[in-house]
Amino acid sequence: MEYGFTTAAYVVAAVLFILSLGGLSGQESAKRAVWYGIAGMALAVLATLVGPGAGNWFGSLIMIGIGGGIGWVVAQRVQMTEMPQLVAAMHSLVGLAAVFIGFNSEIEMVRVAALHAANDADALAALKGFALKVAQKSALEIDILKIEVFLGVFIGAVTFTGSVIAYGKLAGKVDGKATKLPGGHMLNAGAAALSLILLVMYFNGAGPWALIVMTLLAGFIGYHLIMGIGGADMPVVVSMLNSYSGWAAAAIGFSLSNDLLIVVGALVGSSGAILSYIMCKAMNRSFVSVILGGFGNTTGPAMEIAGEQVAIDTEGVAAALNDADSIIIIPGYGMAVAQAQQSVSELTRKLRARGKTVRFAIHPVAGRLPGHMNVLLAEAKVPYDIVLEMDEINDDFPSTDVAIVIGSNDIVNPAAQEDPNSPIAGMPVLECWKAKQVFVSKRGQGTGYSGIENPLFFKENTRMFYGDAKKSLDALLPLID
Amino acid sequence: MKIGAPAEIFEGEARVAMTPDSALQLQKLGHSCVIEAGAGHRAGFSDAAYQAAGVEVVKTAAALFKAADVVVKVRGPEDKEVKLLREGQTLISFFWPAQNEALLKAVAAKGATVIAMDMVPRISRAQKMDALSSMANIAGYRAVIEAGSNFGRFFTGQVTAAGKVPPAKVLVVGAGVAGLAAIGTATSLGAIVNAFDVRPEVAEQIESMGASFVYLEFDASELPDGAATGGYAAPSTPAFQAKQLAKFRELAPEMDIVITTALIPGRPAPKLWTAEMVGMMKPGSVIVDLAAERGGNCDLTVPDQKIVTDNGVTIVGYTDFPSRMAAQSSTLYSNNIRHMLADLTPKKDGEINQNMEDDVIRGATVAHAGAVTFPPPPPKIAAIAAAKPKPKPKVKDLTPAEMRAKEVAAFQTQTRNQVGLLAIGGGLILLAGLYTPASFMQHFVVFVLACFVGFQVIWNVSHSLHTPLMAITNAISSIIILGALLQVGSGNYLVILLASLAILMAGINIFGGFMVTRRMLAMFQKS
Repeated sequence: MEYGFTTAAYVVAAVLFILSLGGLSGQESAKRAVWYGIAGMALAVLATLVGPGAGNWFGSLIMIGIGGGIGWVVAQRVQMTEMPQLVAAMHSLVGLAAVFIGFNSEIEMVRVAALHAANDADALAALKGFALKVAQKSALEIDILKIEVFLGVFIGAVTFTGSVIAYGKLAGKVDGKATKLPGGHMLNAGAAALSLILLVMYFNGAGPWALIVMTLLAGFIGYHLIMGIGGADMPVVVSMLNSYSGWAAAAIGFSLSNDLLIVVGALVGSSGAILSYIMCKAMNRSFVSVILGGFGNTTGPAMEIAGEQVAIDTEGVAAALNDADSIIIIPGYGMAVAQAQQSVSELTRKLRARGKTVRFAIHPVAGRLPGHMNVLLAEAKVPYDIVLEMDEINDDFPSTDVAIVIGSNDIVNPAAQEDPNSPIAGMPVLECWKAKQVFVSKRGQGTGYSGIENPLFFKENTRMFYGDAKKSLDALLPLID
Repeated sequence: MKIGAPAEIFEGEARVAMTPDSALQLQKLGHSCVIEAGAGHRAGFSDAAYQAAGVEVVKTAAALFKAADVVVKVRGPEDKEVKLLREGQTLISFFWPAQNEALLKAVAAKGATVIAMDMVPRISRAQKMDALSSMANIAGYRAVIEAGSNFGRFFTGQVTAAGKVPPAKVLVVGAGVAGLAAIGTATSLGAIVNAFDVRPEVAEQIESMGASFVYLEFDASELPDGAATGGYAAPSTPAFQAKQLAKFRELAPEMDIVITTALIPGRPAPKLWTAEMVGMMKPGSVIVDLAAERGGNCDLTVPDQKIVTDNGVTIVGYTDFPSRMAAQSSTLYSNNIRHMLADLTPKKDGEINQNMEDDVIRGATVAHAGAVTFPPPPPKIAAIAAAKPKPKPKVKDLTPAEMRAKEVAAFQTQTRNQVGLLAIGGGLILLAGLYTPASFMQHFVVFVLACFVGFQVIWNVSHSLHTPLMAITNAISSIIILGALLQVGSGNYLVILLASLAILMAGINIFGGFMVTRRMLAMFQKS
C-alpha cells in the first residue's frame, strides 16, 4: 500500500501511545489508557505489515501468534508479587530484539555493499524491502546508518544482560547484594572506552567482527553494572533498564528511518529516565551514586543505639488495635515476600468495619519496583483512596494511635534524619515513630536487605511482632473485635 | 488501727470521708472502722449501711475522736475538732497548709500527725490518691449541669418541626482537670465548646475532648514554664495578660455559657472575666465561676451565691460543687483516702507506717511528731507534666526586600542554566547538522520533540501507577517489532531467522505487557 497511508497510521498510533501514557495520571483514566496503547500497537503492526518494505508477512503473523500466546499465558499466570521479575525479564527481550535487528542491518549492509562492489545491477534491482532501502542510501547516509546500528546494538546488549541479571536478582536466583569484580568501575569504563575505539574502527570499515566484539563488551557492561547495584536500589535499576530499552528502540528507529519507532522509543526512554529520577530523589541520592553501586559509603561510625528491641505477642497487638482509633499501615517488600497482602486487606476491612480510620503510607521506594506496594494492595482489594503517599501522610503520624510496619526497614529508619553518618542520611523516610505506638512485623532481629541498623526497632514506643508477616496477621485476625 | 470518720461540721458540707464500700476495703488492710452517727446521711449512706459493712457507729464526735487512731475528714479541722485531737493521732483531710498557718501550728502543737490530701504530689504513682483531681472532675461536670439549669435553651442544636435551635456556645477558661471535665460534659450535651489555657501544651488535651483551643498569638518567651510548677499554671506576664483579655473581649458577645476554672496554686484566683465582658454578654447567658472560693475569675462573682446582673447574665459562684453531688464525691474521696491508707500500711497488717522517706507520704504530711513539716522538700521524682520542648532554632524571617533579592537571584541562576544548556545543546545540534544528511536531521527533529512530549506526559503520572506505567511502557517499547517486520522480508536467510526471533520476542512483550497492565489496573478500586 501507499507510503502515505503507513505514515498516517503511524501518526495516529503515536498519538494513541501518548494518550496512553498520559492517561496513567489517574486510576480511572488508566483503565482507558491501556486500550489506547493496545489500539496504537495493533494499528502500528498492521500498518507496517501492509505498508511498503514489509514482506513474508505470513511468517510474521505466525511468529506474533506464538509470541503472543506465550506472553498471554505468562501474564495470566504471574503473581502480583513477581511483577518486578516479569518486568525485568520483558526488558531483556526488548534488548535482545534490538541486538538482532541491529545485526540484520549490518548483514544487509554487507550484502548490499558486496553487490555494489560487484556492480551487479540485476541483483540490486531484485532487492526488496529493507535491503532496497539500504541500497538506495548515499555513502554519507550509510556512514550515519553505521553509527546508528552500532548505538542500537550497544544499548540493546546492555539492556539485555542487565535485565537478565536484574531478573535473577529480583527472582532470588542471583545474590541480591551489590558485588563487583576486582577493578570495579574501571572495568566498565575500560569496556566502554574499548567500545568507542571499536566504533571508530567499524566506522572506518573494520567489518562485522567489530560489531560482534562490541556486543560482547556491552553485554559485559550490562552484567557488571547491574551486579554492582543491589538492595533498595533495585527500583531505580528496573526503571533505568526500562529507559534503556526505550533508547534502544529509538536508536533502531534511526537506523531503519522509522519515525514511529523513534517517537515511541523516545517516549519510553524519557519515561524510564523520569521514573529513575523520581526514585533517586525519594532516596535522596544522585543518579550517578546509584549507578556506581550500592550503599556502604559511610562517612563515619554509625550512631550508638540505646535501648533494646522489645517483643510483643499477638494478644498485645490485638488489644492495642482494638483500642486504637487511627491506624496507619506501612507495607514494604517483606509483605510481598510473605504474600501477606490478602491478610493485610482482611485486617483493614475488619478494622474499618469497627469504625476505625485505617490508612496506608507508601514510600516511593517501597518494594522492588516503583509503585509496587500500590499494585499489591490493589490486588488484595484495598481501596486506593486510603492508600497515601509519603508526603500526604507524614504529618499525620503524631496524631495516630498505632502505626504497623509490615516488612519495611530502611524507609522507616529514623537514622536517616538523626544520624548524619548513616549511609541513608538525608533520605526522606516515613516518620512512623511519631505515632503513639509502633508495631513492627518482622521475621527476626537481623538488619535486613540493606544491612543498616534501624534505631526504630529500639525506640520506647516500638514493639517487635516477630514472625512471618502472613502467619502473624492471620493469627491476629480472629482477635480483632 | 482504728480509722474514724466524724460528721462534717462545716456549713453546707454534705460529703463524708468514709463510705460503707471504702470501710470494707479498709478492713482488708487490717484496720477497724468507726463512724459518727449520721455522718453519711447527707451523702446517702445510712448508719445501718455502715453497720452492715462492719463499721462501729458512735454517737458523738468526741467519742469518735477518742476511739479512732486515724481520723479521716473532708474539710480541714475546725477549732473544736483541733481540741479533740490528741498526741500520736493522725488526721487525714484537706488542709491547705499554706493558707492555714495558725491552724497548722495549733495541730502540730497538739502532737498529731496531719496528712493533707491537697498536698499529695502530682506524680503518676500518687494519682489514685489525688483528691484534688477527683473533686475537680466532679466540679467540672457539675458546673456544666448548673449552667444548664440556669440557661434557658438547649445545649445541642436541633432542627425541629417547631423551628431551628442553635447550639449553645460554651467557653471554658482553664483546662485543668475541672476544665477538661467541663469540656467533656458540655460537648457530650451537644454544645460548641471553645477552651483556653495559658499552657499551650494542653491544646492537644483540649482538642482530644472535642473542644477547639483558643489560640493567642504570642512569643513563647512571654510564657511561664508550666512544667516547672508541677503541671499547674503559673502567673503570666502583663503583656500576655493584655492579649488574653483582648481575646476574651472578642469572644464575650458570642458566648452563651462561660465556665472559668483558672487557679494558680497558693494565690488568689486571677481576674480573667471583667465586668466589662459580662456587660457585653447576651441576656440569659450564664457564667459559672469554679474559682469563687478563691475570689473568683470573674469580677462580679459573689462566693456561694448565684446572682443575676443588670443585663440578665447569671453568675453562679457556688463553692461547694462537689458537695452538691455528695454521693459521687464521697465515693471518690473515700477511695482516695483508702488508697492513702493503703500506702500507709504497706504490710496490710493494720499498722500505720509513717514512712517519711516516701515521696508521696512525705509530701502530704504537713505535721508530724509535734513539728510542722511543711513545706516538704522537692519530690525525688519529677512532676508528670511534659518537659518544655527545646526551643527550636529560629529561622530568620526575611524582609520583603531580601526575599525579592533572593527570588531575582534564583531566577537569574535558572535563566543562566537554561540558556547555557540551550546554547550547548543547540551548538551540538548545529554541529551535527553540518555533517549529517538531511534525512537524519528530519528524524532527529522527531526524536527531540518526542523526548519533550514524553517528559511532559510522564510527570503527571500518579505515583501509585508507576508499576502499571512500567508495564505499559514495556509493552510499548516492543514497538521494536516494526524493525523486525521491515527486515523479515529480506532475501537473506540469516536475516529472516534473526528477524523472526525478534518478532517472536517482541510478540511476547506486546501481549504480556498489555495483559499484565490490564490485570493490574482492573484491581484498583475505590472504597
